[in-house]
Amino acid sequence: MAKDIKIALVGNPNTGKSTLFNLLTGLNQKIGNFPGITVDKKLGYCKLAENKQAEIIDLPGTYSLYPKSKDESIVFQVLADKNNPSHPDIVVLVADATNLRRNLLLYSQVADLGLPVVLVLNMTDMAKKEGIDIDINKLSERLGIQVVAISARSNSGIDQLKMAIGNTTPIATQTTGADMHMLAPEAIDLVKSHLKIDNDYLALQLLHQHQPLNVFSIEDHSVFEKIKSSHNFESSKLQAAETIARYRYLGTVLSGVIEDTGAVKKFAFSDKLDAVLTNKFWGFLIFIAILFFIFNSIFSWSSYPMELIEYSFVWLTEFGHQHLPEGVLTNLLLDGVVAGLGGVVIFIPQIAILFAFISILEDTGYMARVTFMMDKIMRKFGLSGKSVVPMIGSLACAVPSIMSARNIESWKDRIITIMVVPLVSCSARLPVYTLLISLVVPEKMLWGFINLQGLTLMGMYLISIFAAVIVAFIMKLIIKAKERSYFIMELPVYRMPRWTNVLYTMYEKSKTFVFEAGKVIIAISIILWVLASYGPSDRFEKIDKKYAAIEAQKDSVQISTLERDKSAEKLENSYAGILGHVIEPAIKPLGFDWKIGIALITSFAAREAFVGTMATIYSVDGGDEEVATIRNKMRGATNPDTGLPVFTFATAFSLMLFYAFAMQCMSTVAVVYRETKSWKWPVIQLVYMTAMAYVASLIAYQLLK
Amino acid sequence: MKLSQLNPGEQGTIVAFTDLEMSVKLMEMGCLPGEIVEVERFAPLGDPIAIRVAGYQLCLRKNEASIIIIQ
Repeated sequence: MAKDIKIALVGNPNTGKSTLFNLLTGLNQKIGNFPGITVDKKLGYCKLAENKQAEIIDLPGTYSLYPKSKDESIVFQVLADKNNPSHPDIVVLVADATNLRRNLLLYSQVADLGLPVVLVLNMTDMAKKEGIDIDINKLSERLGIQVVAISARSNSGIDQLKMAIGNTTPIATQTTGADMHMLAPEAIDLVKSHLKIDNDYLALQLLHQHQPLNVFSIEDHSVFEKIKSSHNFESSKLQAAETIARYRYLGTVLSGVIEDTGAVKKFAFSDKLDAVLTNKFWGFLIFIAILFFIFNSIFSWSSYPMELIEYSFVWLTEFGHQHLPEGVLTNLLLDGVVAGLGGVVIFIPQIAILFAFISILEDTGYMARVTFMMDKIMRKFGLSGKSVVPMIGSLACAVPSIMSARNIESWKDRIITIMVVPLVSCSARLPVYTLLISLVVPEKMLWGFINLQGLTLMGMYLISIFAAVIVAFIMKLIIKAKERSYFIMELPVYRMPRWTNVLYTMYEKSKTFVFEAGKVIIAISIILWVLASYGPSDRFEKIDKKYAAIEAQKDSVQISTLERDKSAEKLENSYAGILGHVIEPAIKPLGFDWKIGIALITSFAAREAFVGTMATIYSVDGGDEEVATIRNKMRGATNPDTGLPVFTFATAFSLMLFYAFAMQCMSTVAVVYRETKSWKWPVIQLVYMTAMAYVASLIAYQLLK
Repeated sequence: MKLSQLNPGEQGTIVAFTDLEMSVKLMEMGCLPGEIVEVERFAPLGDPIAIRVAGYQLCLRKNEASIIIIQ
């Protein structure tokens, strides 16, 4: 079979590029990484003809080859560097037919790089409705390339596009556009003779942005720098001149090609909607209602599938224990690997639901309005208008929320959002809060109608949101931005969501999470399993012997009680138990004993492990009565030195604050690592959150005790 | 006069920019000298603003709009 043709999809944001990508490749796509940066690489395969296949890469949407964000800088790096593994044979430039002139700016830049190009005019049906008439043949003739009119939404023109791609010659045919040589004639000639190339525009672009291209040696880079300084190369000034020259050229290209009969415009309808949706009063009210609906859905819709997943994994573990030979390997497989896998899969319902909503909000154009409305408030705290959705989503779970922060273009805003999102109390803290509140807060009504326990719970949520906002504000002052923050954004017209895109997003995000964050989560859960189930062998042998001796004399009912005591004693003597004793001096000022210490360690896997660990330590039987029984046991627990109860109001409150602020979630650590592509940020996050939790608990306990 | 001084419903023609770096981004988005811009609405808190230019809607912060000189 012949080698696949490589195709790159390039275009402005909101042109339907991703819809076209999904149409061409179907589920035959995968997400990879561009080496060294945080940008996802979307690759897919498409059959063009009987024995002709194309590898398609979807490059980030951009308005120009001059990047304004990290994502956008990929486009130039891939197109300009012939040695880049993603460098395409053909560029398919997707343009919005309803706004052709602005879309063709990027076309004219890409065409001047000298790659074979096919121009795709998307949304031609929409343009026709608006009375915009485009003479495709004339445009094709003037540009010297194939132009294909399609509508990705209604799936028309795709076959013609495949044919056009198949017919594209490997030699570029486009007519040269505006004269780029005159912008910096001497500098361009020097670059051309240094690299032995004859493309004026490539030479000019390299002077602008050669740094990220690692195809060049250090000497090459210093040659470029020397040329720039000796010829007084002013990047911004030349970019401005280039843009004006290109628009002037496009004006002549399009004259006589576009006929605007001035029918009803698509934005007439959008304007009416905007008058309500971004209204001073209704705008916020509707937004809050939508957020509440999303938050509620993440909670309620995911509960059934999450239970199903949980039970399936419990069943799988039990089934395995019954049918596999007993031994260390079986235990490792079932209690370490399978349990870890369960901990990964359990997040899928929440991730899928949150991203379904985000995808609908983005597709309809509402997300841009949210950003528009919230920008002023969020900017004060170092966040962006786009941080709102991750912040609210993290009330359910930080993991999908951190993944959704990718929509934030500004690097600084995005990092701050990722850093503070785990502070917002997620659903995993809920069982910890409810157990501790029911332990120390009386079930009383305040003024006859306010439930005191409910009020405390709400207080915990408010504290967490307040903490997130304060930390964001502090980080805004500390973190230095590499790039200037812009808020120049297109407000796309409102449209119906494309349901297949919604499904693709749900599938793609869940898959990414399972394969990327899943590795780290399984590794950590195996380590935690080893810590909690093994200890120094002499201690474990002693326990086994001790219980074997007692069990020989007892009947079966008592043996099951004994088994629980035995596992409690084993946990005490495991490495986790020993660690609990080791950290006891450090956590004593917070009001915690070594048993709570064990729970803190096992909670690192997931916060809800607190309840389970408490159950094991206080050797409680499982079942419906579980929480009530643990509560009674915990209430009865006394400090052996003083004889006073362990769980006083001060200890419980201090513990709740600890759980509110501490980063006890390896899934979050893993997903922050995946999203920032470095261990620097998850480590900073872990340290600052633990420190904050420690200090908050310390102050609370010392004041309240 | 600056674009940021207009009220919703008012329009003007772009003549110049006072910030070179920002002007590149704005021109790429279609805000070229000679284009007519109309302020469509303010965000509920007064900032950013939404404008119509070159056949589509663009939003930008007031301090970004203040670099656009109009007539």
